[in-house]
Amino acid sequence: MLKFIVRRLLGMIPILFIVSILIFSFVRFIPGDPARLVAGPDATYRDIQAVRAQLGLDKPVVTQYIDYVEGLLRGNLGTSLKTGRPVAEEIGSRFMATFWLTVVSMGWAFVIGLLIGVASAVKRNRWQDYAGMFTAVSGISLPSFWLGLMLIQLFSVRLGWLPTAGFDSWKSLVLPSLTLGSGVAAVIARFTRSSLMEVLREDYTRTARAKGLHYNIVVWKHALRNALIPVVTMTGLQFGFLLGGSVVVETVFSWPGLGRLLIDSVAFRDYPVIQGEMLLFALEFILINLVVDVLYAVLNPQIRLE
Amino acid sequence: MPDLLKSPAAAGLTVTEPPGPPLPAPDAILTGGTVSSPWSEFWRKFRRQKLAMVAGAFIVLLFIIAIFGPVIAPYRMDQPDYNNMLAGPSLQHLCGTDEFGRDIFSRILVGTRISLWVGLSSVLVSAFFGTILGLISGFYGKWLDAFIMRFSDVLLAFPGILLAIGIIAILGPGLGNVIIAVAIFGIPIFARIVRSSALTLKNTVYVEAARSVGAQNKRLIWKHIFPGAVSTVIVYFTMRIGTAILTASSLSFLGLGAQPPTPEWGAMLSSGRNYLDQAPHVAVFPGLAIFLTVLAFNLFGDGLRDALDPKIKS
Repeated sequence: MLKFIVRRLLGMIPILFIVSILIFSFVRFIPGDPARLVAGPDATYRDIQAVRAQLGLDKPVVTQYIDYVEGLLRGNLGTSLKTGRPVAEEIGSRFMATFWLTVVSMGWAFVIGLLIGVASAVKRNRWQDYAGMFTAVSGISLPSFWLGLMLIQLFSVRLGWLPTAGFDSWKSLVLPSLTLGSGVAAVIARFTRSSLMEVLREDYTRTARAKGLHYNIVVWKHALRNALIPVVTMTGLQFGFLLGGSVVVETVFSWPGLGRLLIDSVAFRDYPVIQGEMLLFALEFILINLVVDVLYAVLNPQIRLE
Repeated sequence: MPDLLKSPAAAGLTVTEPPGPPLPAPDAILTGGTVSSPWSEFWRKFRRQKLAMVAGAFIVLLFIIAIFGPVIAPYRMDQPDYNNMLAGPSLQHLCGTDEFGRDIFSRILVGTRISLWVGLSSVLVSAFFGTILGLISGFYGKWLDAFIMRFSDVLLAFPGILLAIGIIAILGPGLGNVIIAVAIFGIPIFARIVRSSALTLKNTVYVEAARSVGAQNKRLIWKHIFPGAVSTVIVYFTMRIGTAILTASSLSFLGLGAQPPTPEWGAMLSSGRNYLDQAPHVAVFPGLAIFLTVLAFNLFGDGLRDALDPKIKS
């Protein structure tokens, strides 16, 4: 087990290396002179030179990269061009809002997705199954910005039950997390259904039934436990999807999180912030993948044998 | 009861064997019987998926609208009517009018072409490069495989839409750049699935046989391995179109894709957002158009998968 984790950790090194190079080169990919672009159309020569120095573009590329990695290791992600504050600080102040939104969305998406998936698998090819799966495929096809706007229109504007924007209390979390979680709930429902259906065909399920256990007990205690292994894996990977989806949902709900920071930064060409966020998202995603892999190995002994 | 066992005809089975004349020649049996081609086999399975059939019909309709949209639209999509701004749905304006009094129904019809074009072109690019990389990776293995797969890992390390936003941050906003961005993040997905098909197919007996009679690598890849991966590619292709359209319209909604005068559905929703309190229909109909289009592609893809993928046979 330890060997497996160590091997996976070592496997991350080349990925991290390429990611760091990609993100480092980010500003350098911009066609034309990034310093001139950042400084704006009516910047003087000295302004442009100042921006160039700030972005570190005036030194040789290799030195720049070494400086960049050195800065990263010290937690220095550069300075925001817009606010002049350190990027790490900008990101830090937004992190918790996105964290709560993601966790709450995932929480209810997992529960609802699982219930729909189990119901569909148990009532296979009956109306419950068709209804469940049609709901799921609709959930995947819904544009989240549209769903969000419609929910705001109904629950905030018409009924006045919930706030339209911002993050003040748990009430603010309801609509954004519903919007963000719907797609993930749908994916979990589909996955649970197919996974559970596979397990229900297994011999040991039939044995459990044959020895007289109630069908519900077989489903919930015997089959679901095994069916959950791939579902948990897949749920972990959906965190990445949530990170991406939060960009749209945070814009709709004026959520003070990382997603909206990213969009604002793109609009402002605040490259250090974009770079910092991309790095954070990539790290989070790689880390989640690692945790999921390890979790999978813990849950499923067959993997370790390979 | 013994009678039933004796004669199959009595058990309700039809016996084709004629009593008098001799049996037909073997040739006649082959051509006269129901020999099913892969196509008819596929069609037989696919036809049973009612929902996927409806979705398919809707997609055909979308293509017709995409081609003839500007011709069949009741109004010009950029024709303002300042006496009729933000008017609700009526017989004159089926989906109402927007903040400039433009007919929303006409704009949605014209916008169909944009959404389908973005979806198709970006997924085509992803599938093209992804398939080639996947075949190379799966067939040659070794360092080439390691290199391509690490690169895929890196691309997949960024959640789809974030990678697209990063690419647009470099290239600048616009529909063309959205297509490039959406296409790039689809490449590793196709590379991975084609690679896994190639890995399995590489070790099959018929590829072994082809190799032993002297087939070159290029021929092995394109004549023997690629056809085996095609059905998976087709299924993913269809499913990805829905995702691509959704991502592209999200980017336009965020102001990174198509810009306002363009009747792109996401952009329409974005500008309609400011008038939501007085005229909800401005956002309702473009959103509905995105939803139904993506839903159709997803349902169609599901049906294709069930008909093409033998693993999911129930």
